[in-house]
Amino acid sequence: MATTTTSGGGDFVSNLGRIYGIYTGGFIAFVILMAILSAAGVPNYIIGYMFVGFTILIYAVIGILSRTMQVGEYYVAGRRVPAIYNGMATGADWMSGASFVGMAGTLYLLGYDGLAFVLGWTGGYVLVAILVAPYLRKFGAYTVPDFLSARYGGNLARFIGVIVLFSCSFTYVVAQVYATGIISARFLGLDFNVAVYVGLAGILVCSMLGGMRAVTWTQVAQYIVLIIAYLIPAIWMSTVKTGVPIPQLMQGTALANITALETAQGIAVHHITPFVHGGYNALNFFLLILCLMVGTASLPHVLMRYFTTPSVREARVSVAWSLLFIFILYFTAPAYAAFAKWTMLDLVASGLTPDNIAEKAGWMMRWAAADNALVQICGKAAIDAAAIAAACAEQGVTNIGFANINLNADMIVLATPEMAGMPYVISGLVAAGGLAAALSTADGLLLAIANALSHDIYYKMIDQNAPTARRLVVSRVLLVLVAIAAAYVASTKPADILAMVSWAFSLAAAGLFPALVLGVWWKRANSAGAIAGMIAGFGICLYYLLGTRYGAVGFVEMWSGLSTATAEQLAKFEELKAAFAAAAPDAQAAAWAAFDKHAQSIANWGGVKNLSAAAFGLPVGFAVMYVVSRLTKEPSHELQEFIEEIRVPRGKTIMEEKTA
Amino acid sequence: MATPDRVSYWNKTRSLMFLMLGLWFFFGYVIHFFVGPLNNIVILGFPLGFYMAAQGSLIAFVVMLFWFARKQNGIDEEHGVSEE
Repeated sequence: MATTTTSGGGDFVSNLGRIYGIYTGGFIAFVILMAILSAAGVPNYIIGYMFVGFTILIYAVIGILSRTMQVGEYYVAGRRVPAIYNGMATGADWMSGASFVGMAGTLYLLGYDGLAFVLGWTGGYVLVAILVAPYLRKFGAYTVPDFLSARYGGNLARFIGVIVLFSCSFTYVVAQVYATGIISARFLGLDFNVAVYVGLAGILVCSMLGGMRAVTWTQVAQYIVLIIAYLIPAIWMSTVKTGVPIPQLMQGTALANITALETAQGIAVHHITPFVHGGYNALNFFLLILCLMVGTASLPHVLMRYFTTPSVREARVSVAWSLLFIFILYFTAPAYAAFAKWTMLDLVASGLTPDNIAEKAGWMMRWAAADNALVQICGKAAIDAAAIAAACAEQGVTNIGFANINLNADMIVLATPEMAGMPYVISGLVAAGGLAAALSTADGLLLAIANALSHDIYYKMIDQNAPTARRLVVSRVLLVLVAIAAAYVASTKPADILAMVSWAFSLAAAGLFPALVLGVWWKRANSAGAIAGMIAGFGICLYYLLGTRYGAVGFVEMWSGLSTATAEQLAKFEELKAAFAAAAPDAQAAAWAAFDKHAQSIANWGGVKNLSAAAFGLPVGFAVMYVVSRLTKEPSHELQEFIEEIRVPRGKTIMEEKTA
Repeated sequence: MATPDRVSYWNKTRSLMFLMLGLWFFFGYVIHFFVGPLNNIVILGFPLGFYMAAQGSLIAFVVMLFWFARKQNGIDEEHGVSEE
């Protein structure tokens, strides 16, 4: 059994180009077929079902064909994934449901300041390539904590690594499951709670039977779907608006038109103006870039993708390919946002009133009906023309201006096909793309968590003599348990968890980056230093994140000297505090809510947003690691030899595994 | 194993790393410090400062990484430590 799958795998690897070429052609033919069926009068919901069903079926088939019972195949896909395909898989692994669904929406709302995300999530790969990935590949680890344990001698470093890994990956995977639920609910008309478990099934068929090997080959397939689904609407809008089908180039024209329309409509804050949107001043803009970049270079589910290449050299090239494939989406996103904004400004400029909005922009009402928070006009959910008329009359608005329309960032990509009047088949394609993005990231994250629990905790720390078969069974059981836990948490619609996703980057950056980088680049770094550094960096970061969000009142009282709050804001803080103390028992909850909300707005150190908590955790982590390492004994001679070995590509991987 | 050749190999690898970090810092940060003045230059409708953040720096990162992979491989081969 094991040998047949191995030789089958070999044929598969040598035929990759042909297989994925046929697959891509088949997918395009499928999209065209759907367009024909749609034109022939097949109802929209059936088209939606076919898109979602067909793509998930393909992933399931790949997942089942890639099943394996070998440890090396399960954890690192046999280390046979060529650089370019690993690049594609990393692209899908990396670009989450949030990137696909939310990125262009964020850019639409934040203009220039949203570009911090684009820069941070691409520039991080430079750090991956030059500082970390090739050396981890040479070491030959199965997981990131594996490396920490070998380099910093012992299970304490491994255990802390697992804790950091778990805390940054679990919230992230919950958000992916949530995204699959939202997309399935919107396009398949399922109840959200059912949709979450449908998404879960889609995730498990890809990862459970074949581990890393199956996830790798489905991620390549998912990348192809998601990139086609992202590019087509952008190309479509560009062609309709400018006649040239290159959105990235014609974005310039869109920006010029946006600025002209904004000026004509009296909008003071321009799309292209830096450091003015959503509270991103220059300091927060640059700190956010730093946290996202360093976080990218520390997230275990990304780093572990580079364990699967055949050599150190391929690992380096593979990072470059990853970035190229990611770049294709990320440099389209600002164009996507610009064309969507241009379309909206044009719509408003054509004279939008509560009387004609149903005719001119009926899509807004359909989205508002699906979820009240998605589209608000004049401050109220835009459920139908009557509701809009009532809300606008209340505010004395007769002509609906751009500022009166409040669109949620997460709906902009999904709604763009309707906004720009594209046929429904494009909406189905975008849904399939969003699903591919969410599923592929969820697979990678789940595998990272389950591998850490099964390999690092169970095999390395609990039972070192566990036979291979049992290790793989434990791994699969844990995978299913973590997946079910994630789906359960997602089904409770935890608003906080979704906000926490961006925290994953800060936590990973502060907790892992110093230990990973100094582990390779500074021989003097020792066990005590690394453990102290990881605890301090991660601790400070976590304290800042939780303190400013959940303990804002206490945080302000303790650190009011460091906050950038004005005297007026501090006076209001005292006033609300007094109001809370004086409130009658039945008014206490409301008084506390107002008090806490105000406290959250001023709870900070030096005005740093809590999104960028690693701005404190990272330097603290480095400093503590340096000082403690200096104060304690230098690493043993053997360990220094070991670091020498990691630094050169030639020679066997350091960590040989029993894989029989 | 700290033979002279290994030392020179590591020195070259480290220099390349610092060069890459320098370029990374330039395209990730320095150029965006000047977004205001750069936005006064408009090419094909793009204000240059906006362009650098939306596309320019990204292109630089991609090109840098392919160049780095080639360059580092050259250093490996020169010192006979590349994989067989």
